Amino acid sequence: MSDTQKRLADTLPFMSATEVSALVTSKEVSAREVAHTMLDRIKQLDGDIHAYNEVTPELALAAADNLDKRIAEGATAEELGKLAGAPVAFKDNMNLVGTHTTCSSKMLEGFQSPYDCTAVRRLLDAHTLPLGKLNMDEFAFGSSTETSATGLTHNPWDHKRVPGGSSGGSAAAVSAGMATITLGSDTGGSIRQPAAFTGTVGLKPSYGRVSRYGCVAFASSLDQIGPFSHTVRDSALALGAIAGKDPLDATSMNVPAEDYFASCNQGVEGMRVAVATDLLEQEGLDPRLKKEVLDSAELLAGMGAEVVEITLPSTKYGLPAYYVLGPAEASSNMARFDGIRYGHRAENAEDILDLYMRSRSEGFGDETIRRIMIGTYVLSSGHYDSYYMQAQKVRTVIRDDYKAVFAQADVLLTPSTPVLPFKFGEFADDPTAMYLSDYYTIPVNMAGIAGMSLPTRLIDGLPASVQLVANHFRETDLFRAGAALESSFAFPYDSVPAGQA
Amino acid sequence: MALTQAEVREIGLIARLNLEDGAIEGLQEELNQILTYVEHMQELDLEGVAPTAYSTDFTDSLRDDVRVPSLPREAVLMNAPESKEGAFLVPRIKALGIEDSREDTAGGGS
Amino acid sequence: MPRELKDVLHDWEAVIGLEIHTEITTSQTKMFCGCPVAFGGEPNSRTCPTCAGLPGALPVPNKKAIEWTVLSGLSIGCDIARWSQFSRKNYFYPDMPANYQISQFDTPFCFDGEVTVEVDEKFTWQRYDRGTADNVKAVEGDVDKGYNARIGVTRIHLEEDTGKMIHVGGSDGRITGAIASLVDFNRAGLPLMELVSEPDIRTPEEARRFVHKLRNIFLTLGVSDCSMEEGSMRVDGNISVRKRGTTEFGTKTELKNMNSLKALHDGLTYEIVRQVELIESGGKVTQETRHYDPVTKVTSTLRSKEDAQDYRYFPEPDIAPVVLTDAQIEEIASRLPELPDQRKDRLMKDLGLPNYDAGVIAGDVELSAYFDEGLASVGKGRLKDLAKPFANLVLGDLSAYLNAEGITADASKISSADCMELVGLVHEGTISGKQAKEVFELMVESGASPTTIVEERGMKQLSDAGELEGIITAIVEAHPDQANAYRGGKTGLMGFFVGQVMKETKGQANPKMVNEILGRLLS
Repeated sequence: MSDTQKRLADTLPFMSATEVSALVTSKEVSAREVAHTMLDRIKQLDGDIHAYNEVTPELALAAADNLDKRIAEGATAEELGKLAGAPVAFKDNMNLVGTHTTCSSKMLEGFQSPYDCTAVRRLLDAHTLPLGKLNMDEFAFGSSTETSATGLTHNPWDHKRVPGGSSGGSAAAVSAGMATITLGSDTGGSIRQPAAFTGTVGLKPSYGRVSRYGCVAFASSLDQIGPFSHTVRDSALALGAIAGKDPLDATSMNVPAEDYFASCNQGVEGMRVAVATDLLEQEGLDPRLKKEVLDSAELLAGMGAEVVEITLPSTKYGLPAYYVLGPAEASSNMARFDGIRYGHRAENAEDILDLYMRSRSEGFGDETIRRIMIGTYVLSSGHYDSYYMQAQKVRTVIRDDYKAVFAQADVLLTPSTPVLPFKFGEFADDPTAMYLSDYYTIPVNMAGIAGMSLPTRLIDGLPASVQLVANHFRETDLFRAGAALESSFAFPYDSVPAGQA
Repeated sequence: MALTQAEVREIGLIARLNLEDGAIEGLQEELNQILTYVEHMQELDLEGVAPTAYSTDFTDSLRDDVRVPSLPREAVLMNAPESKEGAFLVPRIKALGIEDSREDTAGGGS
Repeated sequence: MPRELKDVLHDWEAVIGLEIHTEITTSQTKMFCGCPVAFGGEPNSRTCPTCAGLPGALPVPNKKAIEWTVLSGLSIGCDIARWSQFSRKNYFYPDMPANYQISQFDTPFCFDGEVTVEVDEKFTWQRYDRGTADNVKAVEGDVDKGYNARIGVTRIHLEEDTGKMIHVGGSDGRITGAIASLVDFNRAGLPLMELVSEPDIRTPEEARRFVHKLRNIFLTLGVSDCSMEEGSMRVDGNISVRKRGTTEFGTKTELKNMNSLKALHDGLTYEIVRQVELIESGGKVTQETRHYDPVTKVTSTLRSKEDAQDYRYFPEPDIAPVVLTDAQIEEIASRLPELPDQRKDRLMKDLGLPNYDAGVIAGDVELSAYFDEGLASVGKGRLKDLAKPFANLVLGDLSAYLNAEGITADASKISSADCMELVGLVHEGTISGKQAKEVFELMVESGASPTTIVEERGMKQLSDAGELEGIITAIVEAHPDQANAYRGGKTGLMGFFVGQVMKETKGQANPKMVNEILGRLLS
């Protein structure tokens, strides 16, 4: 290994996308070298971490060569954009031709993507280099990536701990420096909670901001794709690349993407920042994480923001309502996995009913089966009103609560999670106990608004974080406040133990 | 309203899940745990509150009646566990016991 | 020997509601994706991630299909929902790629419509038992002249069609006995309107008229090709019976596979008789779904109510609610063409056609277009004289020709303008009515225009009074016995003389003039 190569191997993993693109477009380093360096690192580290379900050297190198050719032909940095050459990877529920899309389930083992997910395609169209597909909770049902059928993903800060979930692989890959930007999906916290657990920036855009086309659905009214990154600015760039109306997704909104990168430099002068006092008194909240919220508020105030105290009493009903709405929609979305058109098919089925029953039971893991069962139950006649309808009404109440908050404030500051990353198996006996780790993130999905988890400091060697929440299509406010906080905290993401040589 | 084992089996059938006898009890317990947990939302008096099926306000995301290319057949069929003559192959349907409205060849669309 | 419908209708009355699925075959694309609406071709050659139910694919509704549905609703007087949403109907079936069907549940696009059907005198007996004075009185108008029945339409909603299956290993392509099935999703996702009628139908003939009329309306709108045989229009019936004079509903059965108007009539007839016989012999009707076999004309159990599904409907989260403004609805309403009832009115009021003629022409969309084409080929001023004979020709010789060829009017080899020309030739006295028949046959054979045929064959009618007088005088003189007999009172011999004149003139003599001259010479 030459000195340049060694220097690249040391520095590239924790570079921001802007730094990578500057190197590549100035021809200091070729995109091919970037791809090779990252692929080598994955080879070196991922045996222990298992962020990746599939690594795609051919795709990465093809994209790199393509980019190098464009640069050789004279394409400028401006034309190619600030993401050019950035190594990226995707949660394994997003289709990309040339890869498998398994949702970390035995059901979809070996499933070849027949088409491209729009968000994936858009990120790749920004001249990024696709490194592979990332581990997740099976079909995104979980908060620790423990329900994956392809094995556990380890938290790069402490291998005995979970990386969070369901986008645990997407979080761990960025955290360990095995990708610059990854995409995850967030239904109740599946981007923000793992981001919080791994010291990464995780963004759940407003519902309708990013197309869901090509991302295997969990709960269609709640799902949203978003990026993981080391920095707020990379998050802004990634959102800029993937946002915008998609004619293939009727729920994507015709709201043009804004210059989120510019928002990062805008400062917080005059911003109104809400702190929900009742949320900070919530039982089960780690006092150290409460302190991160209060300190963040103080920092923002110090930079010229106005802090207002509010309450969000409906928050505690978010989780129960979510565990009705999520499974209800999921039970329907999961129906297509029946062993006929794709997916696991039971052998020697006697008839169609036998085929359905055995293919599905054999293909789905326990948590998936639990969610389907709950969802089927709450939608069935006789239970619909008391569960599904009631949950829909709770959603109305939550949405109204947030409307009131955003009448008084631009962003809301809350904990991302009530706890620091937990250990494997900690909630094996009680499925509902782990659900609590999504306590602060779920209502944001219910209201369809935008949220970002931002790393603050290390506490006992584990990443701590806060969540910023903004109104519909006000991601610019997240980037303003997020970039300001990021510069104050200067979270040491490059000190992750897994990443050290 | 705790779920009985019979109900668990019934839901399993509706959801087309083959639940082993040994698994029923554990599943019953877990499902009841979850249902007990979600019961919390019954504390709220939501009389007169309108339900919201969507997490954002939007209407009319319609498409013009313009054709776009279909997927190549090979791509549609490439993940099929069993196919024949370009069609998906399924085993005997008789034991389904439901929706046999498709009995006739022209049927469908119940 | 099972009884017939007329045997059971003395004491019993049927209550029938229909569910009619119509594919919007005029749509370019499927309901929720851009795949083409087309028929035939290789299995699964018109599918995409959405209509093949691939993981991650999403539905985007076809605006035009919604407009077609609204237009259909407006054509039968429906109210149109200002806010509606799609819902998922969840159940497993292999011809449904996602194992749920996107449909509408509690907010159909169209609701509360109505269709009036005319039942002619041949079928009045089905509704009104002639034995009871009260019932006869209830008839609107004269029993012997048929009656009108108003059939309420509960709703029309929009959904996606399912795929098609071919059942293999069995004897006749049916599921029973098959060992496997092949699934093709080319049809999956086609826009499908489901119309649900109120249980206002009382007789098989009303049901047949209702479907016939709806079909005619939809064809006029151009929403679908409405082929019952090929399945682009599919009719299911809900049938129960009750004693005449009672108002409570009996237990109903659902009847499927009535894939022609005749099958609809016969299937309902069989089911009514079956239910009455069952009850009269002490049995009870079971709520179930039954299958009609058009070959044996018998219905049989398909599935019982115990198998009824819990469809777990819930709002389709992938699709935003659809909002229609008054302005949008008005704009769609402005696209309404002349509907069959209006068409019939016009034919009667403007052209003076009798009820029957107007009804038959207006009741057939191709024939109507054909008829209008003929009307347009001549000056308005002549229509007063020509319309009725033109209608006679269209309903007579032309319809006979179409029937013999097994085609509809749009496929006629003889143009409507040529037919009108033929009528004109008769009206002007150029040829006789008898000659016209001959000319029509020659038109069928050669495709030539009537004027050409008449000229080429020298078929012009002989109307020269002097020439005719000469011919007729000679004939009368040549048959003195008959002439005397006639003068003696045997006036039936007039026919003999006319025949002789026609023979002599090769049928070209003007009949009116022949009669006039003969009458004078024989008096």
